[in-house]
Amino acid sequence: MKRKLETSELIFKILSYTLLTIFALACLYPFVYAVSASISGAHSVDYNEIVLLPKDVQFEAFKYMFSNNMFWNAYSNTLFLTLYGTIWSLIYSILGAYALSKKRLLFRKFFNFFLVFTMWFSAGIVPQYLNYLQTKAVFNGVGIMDDKWLVVIAMGMAAMNIILLRNAFEGVPSEIEEAAIVDGATEFQVLSTVYLPMCKSTIATVALFFAISRWNGYFWARQMISNSFEKPLQVFIRELLEQYRDPEFIAGWNAVYASDSVIYALIVCSIVPILVIYPFIQKYFAKGVNVGGVKE
Amino acid sequence: MKAPVADFLIYDEATKTYREDPEQAVRDDVEKHYWLHVVRMIVKDWRLYIMLIPMLLVFLFWRYFPMYELLGSFKVADNVLPVSEQLFAGFSNFKLLLAGQSTVSTEFWRALRNTFVLSFYGLLFGFPMPIILALFFNEIGSNVARSFYQVLTYLPKFMSTVVMTSLVVMLVKQGAQTSNMGIISQLLVALKLIPYEVANAGLLNNPAYFRAIYVISGIWEGAGYDSIVFFAAIIAISPTSYEAAQIDGANKWAQMRYVVLPSILSTIVIMLITRIGGLLNIGYEKVILLYNSNTFVTADVVSTFANRYGLEGASKGIASAAEMMNNVIGMLLVIGANTIARKAADTSLY
Repeated sequence: MKRKLETSELIFKILSYTLLTIFALACLYPFVYAVSASISGAHSVDYNEIVLLPKDVQFEAFKYMFSNNMFWNAYSNTLFLTLYGTIWSLIYSILGAYALSKKRLLFRKFFNFFLVFTMWFSAGIVPQYLNYLQTKAVFNGVGIMDDKWLVVIAMGMAAMNIILLRNAFEGVPSEIEEAAIVDGATEFQVLSTVYLPMCKSTIATVALFFAISRWNGYFWARQMISNSFEKPLQVFIRELLEQYRDPEFIAGWNAVYASDSVIYALIVCSIVPILVIYPFIQKYFAKGVNVGGVKE
Repeated sequence: MKAPVADFLIYDEATKTYREDPEQAVRDDVEKHYWLHVVRMIVKDWRLYIMLIPMLLVFLFWRYFPMYELLGSFKVADNVLPVSEQLFAGFSNFKLLLAGQSTVSTEFWRALRNTFVLSFYGLLFGFPMPIILALFFNEIGSNVARSFYQVLTYLPKFMSTVVMTSLVVMLVKQGAQTSNMGIISQLLVALKLIPYEVANAGLLNNPAYFRAIYVISGIWEGAGYDSIVFFAAIIAISPTSYEAAQIDGANKWAQMRYVVLPSILSTIVIMLITRIGGLLNIGYEKVILLYNSNTFVTADVVSTFANRYGLEGASKGIASAAEMMNNVIGMLLVIGANTIARKAADTSLY
């Protein structure tokens, strides 16, 4: 049965649609503008003749970017850090969370506190920096000269993700585990054949969180990676922005595309791959928030 | 009812005497050989403990060892000696920061105030937005249209901080001889919200606009994503509740007040308490990427203060003392918030 809407309900409905449309457009607009500005001619970009659609379309900024070896280098570094960093973080998080989810683990309360305390208190930037310097010295001492590995191994841990995994593991009925043990499964087999398949979506969510934090990592990568060939994309974008916003640099600029177009092109290049995989990962992204209500 | 004399004695009604609890012998045994018991348990489940080790080591090395470096805030800073061999300086760094007449002290107090103010504005303006968005999403009848709006509003969350701040920098950039100011600045000038000269000098160079830019870009980035949790609470409300209210003649406002609000109140309270707990843990990356020496007055927070003095400058002791004070207060806030949440909503956050 369709009920006729009351006046107040109708007003609210109209209001919702209007304001949501405005907000959604505001979310979308900077991206559209960035794309337009990256493919417009120099004069149109410099004097803001484009508002929405591109003018004097050319792809020189993209061509310049794609012919830049440092760009591809930065991209491959980011892929490296994201891939290996996520795998490394997932391995110790899953193993640790599995052990923590077992009631028979001794000193379980202490181990939980050990994790949770890192969410409450962090030493801060300077002690962290000194710690990474020492780690770097140790790594160099054993022959690992690439700072990439320092970033992969020593960064990107998140107690919250381990707690999410632990809660998911705790939710698996113990009867299934017991059945597997009766069938002669070892601890690792129980984990890989019972727990991992049953907690697939939580693991995917956590993997996504790790991957995003790796992909986005900027501050420590910039501090700790000294070799410019090892710098990830985020650091590359920032350094390019700093270089291209320099007034002297802009004054000496002379090309068919504006110096700003290069920055916009780079921004577009870094967003596009995420947009491509966005439809596939969106449901896990949304799930992560709702499993946030956790108990000790 | 006879009160027990001790745990290990049982009162026997029949004989009116006390006798020893037979289970006590087992308990005694476990207690006497506690460590033996522990070792046996560990040997039995040794695989579990092996699994735990990598995680414990990672957190020990890169979360707990830095806390040891905090000792440096009580020492005379030295670039060569390790922290254990530096000269002890007592509380001089803390004194210098809290009560000194120097610029360091004024900058520290400014940074502490800015940390609080920036976070507070973020909470005040940023917190209601996801709730309002969730209410609006609920009004949209068709699933396709709603997903469309949701996908669009989550979009900015997918950008990294660097890309987001780069976009902000570009959109409100200053004007120059060869180029105009950023498109958003131009829009604001056209709407007569800010004078032309101010916009042309670059909004990010003006301390008066830093907080607004920080908060608005935060809302732009996070409001859609944060609305997920509130929207989940709203769609969990049974349609019969609305129908009952409508039959009683409730208009939209009354339905909001008496149906929706009570149903999502616990979610709101928990989220609010979490946010208050995190008030001093401000995202320093975003500030570092957006501020410059012109806007230190309003933009400099404790982490960026520590970054400037400790990493870019050489005053590591002062910098870590400053951040330690900030983080200890922050930790007390988190623990306080968690305790309140536990009492208020029977939900512990951690």
